[in-house]
Amino acid sequence: MQRTDDIRLPRHGRTALAGIARALRGVWEIPRRDPFAAAGVILYLLFILVALFADHLVTHDPREILFDENYDLARNLLPSADHYLGTTYSGRDIYSQLVMGTRGALIVGLTAAISVVTIGTVIGLIAGFFGGWVDTLLMRLADVALGVPFLPFVIVLAAMMEPSQWNVVLGIALLLWPQSARVIRAQVMSLRERAFVEAARVTGAGPWRILFVHIAPNVLALSFLYASIAVGWAILTEAAISFLGFGPSNTVTWGYMLQDAYASQALGREQYYWFVPPGLCIIAVVVAGFFISRGYEEILFPKLRD
Amino acid sequence: MGYVAKRFLQMIFVLWTVATILFFMFRLMPGTPLAAFIDNTTTAEQQDALIAQFGLDKSLGEQYFLFLWNLLQGDLGQSFFFKKPVLEVVWQVFPNSVILTLTSLIIAYLFGIVVGAYLAWKRGSWVEGVGIPLVLTTRAAPEFWLGMVLLAFFSFHLGWFPSGGANTSGSEWQSGWSRLTSADFLSHLALPAITLAIYLQGLPLLLMRSNMLNVLQEEFITMARMKGLSTWTIVMRHAARNALLPVATAFALGIGGAVGGNVVVETVFSWPGIGRLLVNAVSASDYPLAQGAFLMITFVLVVMNFIADITYHLLDPRVRVAANG
Repeated sequence: MQRTDDIRLPRHGRTALAGIARALRGVWEIPRRDPFAAAGVILYLLFILVALFADHLVTHDPREILFDENYDLARNLLPSADHYLGTTYSGRDIYSQLVMGTRGALIVGLTAAISVVTIGTVIGLIAGFFGGWVDTLLMRLADVALGVPFLPFVIVLAAMMEPSQWNVVLGIALLLWPQSARVIRAQVMSLRERAFVEAARVTGAGPWRILFVHIAPNVLALSFLYASIAVGWAILTEAAISFLGFGPSNTVTWGYMLQDAYASQALGREQYYWFVPPGLCIIAVVVAGFFISRGYEEILFPKLRD
Repeated sequence: MGYVAKRFLQMIFVLWTVATILFFMFRLMPGTPLAAFIDNTTTAEQQDALIAQFGLDKSLGEQYFLFLWNLLQGDLGQSFFFKKPVLEVVWQVFPNSVILTLTSLIIAYLFGIVVGAYLAWKRGSWVEGVGIPLVLTTRAAPEFWLGMVLLAFFSFHLGWFPSGGANTSGSEWQSGWSRLTSADFLSHLALPAITLAIYLQGLPLLLMRSNMLNVLQEEFITMARMKGLSTWTIVMRHAARNALLPVATAFALGIGGAVGGNVVVETVFSWPGIGRLLVNAVSASDYPLAQGAFLMITFVLVVMNFIADITYHLLDPRVRVAANG
């Protein structure tokens, strides 16, 4: 089997795939070693399933204003068989909003994580490999990105643009790449002195080929580590922006639900069934990312676990 | 060139770049920046006068240099809404943000350092097995949501604390100091400070724990053990001292990050701080005020980053030697 692979795949394809395979093998190895990481993976799968089948799980249209049999607004109803988590001040079904919110959270979280880690990885690779003025320029850029207050920047961005969830993705992509870029840069600096890179150079591989075919697969695992944390960051940021009222008003997200509850004085009426569940969902999905990244880190850097 | 000078120049560069980005961002904002001044009774001549007064008739380049020149002199312009200098409005709420940030950071770091050291000592026990996931969970909770739950329970349900603001309206004090030490102010401060502290304690705790684990493996600890020193002496006198340095750096970074990150907590508790000011200014299209508040938050962030780097550099002999050699 190994031999036929050797024949079929060109050299660079083999190294790149081996790197990806190594990174993926790590992902499957985590749950077996660490019960918390296993819990994280299960939570993630659960949320993904809920997001995929949200249309079938909801009992009402989350944005529909509901009325009772006397044509009165179905306002502030307590949890019941009809409304699992009751209704909001404006007569909307809370359970259906909670289910639909999963979709928005995962979409924002995953797109933001993929974009920020892609940017961070590419910049880290280039800065670490080429060094010199390219490195200096990119690292000064990183200093600037780290000097911009994150949440205030996203607020101004959201106010500037049309209200949309993509503002949060854009803000994260623009400001949070230096974290992963710096670590990957350091990793690349040590990798480029290694024998296999020298071997590739001797056989006539160009710099870009060495960088993306021979070095990049070796830092993919680190990128994955940062991505699993970035998902949580993005979901928390989206919730904060929506809570402050800078989110889109036509999409139901957990942050929007909390803003709605806060503005409708659900706190004073002690409607815990309204504002506690969205927060617990945010915690669950963010902490799942933390658990996975910790489990993954211990596989990547086993010396931490002595 | 010395490290401090180099790092100082870098700080100036970052401040200038962020100010520039901000200037152009606010010029791209939708709507006329004079909306707050113009109503049905404003004549065309008055509008032109206003445009000239705010320098909006000049070219973008001229406006930019004027903006930088004024910034150097500490002039952040006039707030459209308050019709007062931006600096004055910002300065009025800034101390509230600093007090909230420092109080919560001190609580968070005292708790984090002690519990972090304890968890390092309890490595491998059930305390660690429960403690670490619990700490991670507090870091995953949105601060504003935590604030909402605490507010609903302790303020609306039990009635222990007021539901928002920094003072009961109508109260008067002889001096700023007597206001800050009054029971009224402290009871307003309690909930937002606890909310932030719960959110912030995770970082120092995890940092302290991993530093302690590293330090406890070093040779001088083995040496101390061989000298027959007690466990307590080893942990407190030898290990904790060496593990504290990165925590101290994180504290300085924490001040810079928290002043801007407080935005949501200040909003939940209607705390009259700079974060809430920024949110209100952006919502009201008060661009000069929003820009000024943003610059102030940036200034604190960048200066605290600078101080953290410098302290780390000066206090850790290994870093110092590596940089000089």
